Amino acid sequence: MTARNRELFALIPASLLVTAGFAAVFIQRDDLLSDLSLTYGALFLGLCLAAHLVLRMTLRDADPYMFPLVAVLACFGLVMLYRLDESLARDQAGWFVVGLALFAGTILGLRGDHRVLERYRYSIALVGMLLLLLPRLGSPVNGAYLSFDVGPIAFQPAEFAKIAIVIFLASYLRDTRQVLVVGARRFLGITFPPLKHLGPLLAVWGTAMLLLFVIQDLGSSLMFFGGFLALVYVATNRVSFVVIGMALFAVGARMLYAVRPTIQSRVDAWLNPFDPELYNREIGGSYQIAQSVFSQADGGLFGQGFGQAVVQLGDNPPILPAAHTDLIYAVIADELGLLGACAVLLVYLLLVERGFKTAMLATDSFSKLLATGLTAVLALQVFVIVGGVTKLIPLTGVTLPFISYGGSSIVANFILLALLLLVSDRARREAARP
Amino acid sequence: MNAPILRLFGLVLVLFAALVGMTSWNSVINAEEYRSNELNARPQIQQQRVHRGVIRARDDTLLARSVRGSDDLYKRRYAPEAQLFAQVIGYDFLRIGRAGLEQSRNDALAGERNELTSVVDQLRGRRRVGDSIVTNLDPGAQRAALQALGGRKGAVVAIEPATGKVRVMASTPTYDPNRLDDSGVYRRLSTDEANSPLINRATQAGYPPGSTFKVVTATAALDGGGFTPESTVVGNSPMNISGAPLRNFSNEQFGSVTLTTALTKSVNTVWAQVAERVGNDRMAEYMERYGFDSDPPMDYPDAQMLPSGVYEGGELLSPASERVDIGRVGIGQERLRVTPLQMATIAATIANGGVRMKPRLTSRIVDADGRTVERIEPERARRVMSRQTASQLTDMMGNVVREGTGTAAALEGIEVAGKTGTAELDIARRINQPSFIGFAPRDRPRVAIAVSLERIPGGQGGVDAAPIAQRVMRELLR
Repeated sequence: MTARNRELFALIPASLLVTAGFAAVFIQRDDLLSDLSLTYGALFLGLCLAAHLVLRMTLRDADPYMFPLVAVLACFGLVMLYRLDESLARDQAGWFVVGLALFAGTILGLRGDHRVLERYRYSIALVGMLLLLLPRLGSPVNGAYLSFDVGPIAFQPAEFAKIAIVIFLASYLRDTRQVLVVGARRFLGITFPPLKHLGPLLAVWGTAMLLLFVIQDLGSSLMFFGGFLALVYVATNRVSFVVIGMALFAVGARMLYAVRPTIQSRVDAWLNPFDPELYNREIGGSYQIAQSVFSQADGGLFGQGFGQAVVQLGDNPPILPAAHTDLIYAVIADELGLLGACAVLLVYLLLVERGFKTAMLATDSFSKLLATGLTAVLALQVFVIVGGVTKLIPLTGVTLPFISYGGSSIVANFILLALLLLVSDRARREAARP
Repeated sequence: MNAPILRLFGLVLVLFAALVGMTSWNSVINAEEYRSNELNARPQIQQQRVHRGVIRARDDTLLARSVRGSDDLYKRRYAPEAQLFAQVIGYDFLRIGRAGLEQSRNDALAGERNELTSVVDQLRGRRRVGDSIVTNLDPGAQRAALQALGGRKGAVVAIEPATGKVRVMASTPTYDPNRLDDSGVYRRLSTDEANSPLINRATQAGYPPGSTFKVVTATAALDGGGFTPESTVVGNSPMNISGAPLRNFSNEQFGSVTLTTALTKSVNTVWAQVAERVGNDRMAEYMERYGFDSDPPMDYPDAQMLPSGVYEGGELLSPASERVDIGRVGIGQERLRVTPLQMATIAATIANGGVRMKPRLTSRIVDADGRTVERIEPERARRVMSRQTASQLTDMMGNVVREGTGTAAALEGIEVAGKTGTAELDIARRINQPSFIGFAPRDRPRVAIAVSLERIPGGQGGVDAAPIAQRVMRELLR
């Protein structure tokens, strides 16, 4: 069976899932099954088929499982949002269409050879940096500068910046990876990269620190810096570089912790979520993380079922704040239990596996590094938000890719998927060639 | 570059395993701890989201129901009749928690069945609905009891002897349970030391039983204790009991009298001597058989039931202890603290031929579709005395109402058995605790009753308590 036919078949469970999910929410809500759930399922299937046809025409050999896996996540996200607030789900469905359009656009634009991106690497890097600094123009949400308003739309540039920065790093490291290794010096038993090339790397570290300082968001900078270290490691195969990088990050973060109250309160809330003073603090307290774990505790092994989580009572302030964005994983664990939450994590893991597989199949260094970087950033984003929600690490505001509510997030992640599929198509075609 | 990519994937696996580990910790392993965290209001909110079952009286009168508020939570509403049973029904409110039957029958009312049923219900998309409970309580008789108490503090308990079904459990002063939702009202009522309206005096008040306790002494004496109703004892006054003089009521001299006469006329010195001759151990044994020294086996929260017995510094002291003046215990004095529920249980046990039944407030549990889920069957606690002893005691108590101190409890055309009690609380100011226990009809008892009144100036069991018992029994035997 060809790759595209396999993809088509793999889409069937995704559309069944969305139909069943909407049906479950309808039953929960009205105690009667409306045929609207079938309409939603059919609409979703239509959209996926359209995207599939684009892939069939342009990227015949691309990985057949990535798109269906993303479709499962996206449709699951729609059902969760629909359960929380119908209007949010309608918005998100709109963004889903925009995302698919840009997905198709990216593929059509770069189908010749995605390596043209290398030519614009400095422009892309600059755009990425500017995007990151843009929110500073807006007002902070919970102390962090994550979004700014374009008319009625809250734009989250970090979602796009992560792609730009990965493209830049993949291209930069392709050029310098050899010299980084060859010119390395051993000092005090640790291998240091040559000073001349240390500069740009330190610049990246500086950027991450600046991010932390300017937008005051630990989550995004952890994601960026983690992606950067993953790329450096894959490019050079030197663990010592990663260790040095992590040490630098730790030092920087520790210093910022001392001077930035926003970061301080995040860490305090993580360490002592049930401290009454922190719990009752109006801004930057531990209420959110405490409610997050309380919500998960309600879920148990099987969950309470769709629509059963305590999120909001009437028109009062929500019991579980940011349930549709940051804390959506807590709602999943609450309503679908440990098993449902693990199933979601498994889908992400399968997607990450396909991404790394693509990187390993790719023949040129840029494609390898690009696929590795994009996959690593995606995996890290999942880790940062789920880790935060589950109190493994301090809670920071990044979205759960494809599931959380947010136009920027879903559109940017569809572009990320398009790039991965572009790399995959070329790699698999070349691998199949005798 | 493929080897580092593979190792990177390995790292991602480790990170995701940590996420699964943390989720397991939060959702399953440590979930109980989080659910009981005092900052966590979710368990309460969830229970208020369940359409809680209704509570009904024996005749199906609606006592408590739940209505849905704007915030999607259900709120308890108590019918006017519930005020009659305020302390028995209890309450269920988000801010102040639960008490009474609302607490002891919470699992049924909140629809909490076993895990499997709820999973099946969930799969069928059913919203959890609580079961209803039908009580044994009789609103007509309860109203009669409250009217007869007439604003005096005290309690009335009426039990069906053969089944242990609690027909009346009145405690005054009472309150309107609906108002407890206002936390200010709750705070005021719960700190009102003078009236303590939230206290269920029928189960929580340890009253001095006075002469009603002579029935227990008589049980220990007749049931193999070497006495018969015709045994004679000298009833002069005063007599030396445990090194201190004990007097009869009005210091009356009786000479040599039978036990039947001694019960009819409530002769203190006779029963004190009987108790001394029966001895601490045997008295302790019979008290325990009647249910003293432990929480009553009733479907009601333990925190709202007081074990009856001899108390020393707030702790139960075994009547077998040498520190207990058993002669004075035998006439209901000493440091005896007895709840009206325990007193009613004594009367019910004798009425039931010597077998003590467990008192039951609930009759059955009914699901949302009207099917009976569980019928609360009568359950025997134990045999306290032989059938013969019970029959002798019945005759003796019959005399009390026919020609002794308890004539005010007599019913027209129905023979009543009973015993009065007048415990002196403040001899100088003549403040007494009048009480009465009894049952009717004497030969085929359908109701056993206990009445106790708090601090009545010049009050006497036969004058103040017996008429209340008469009125409630008449209502129940109609």
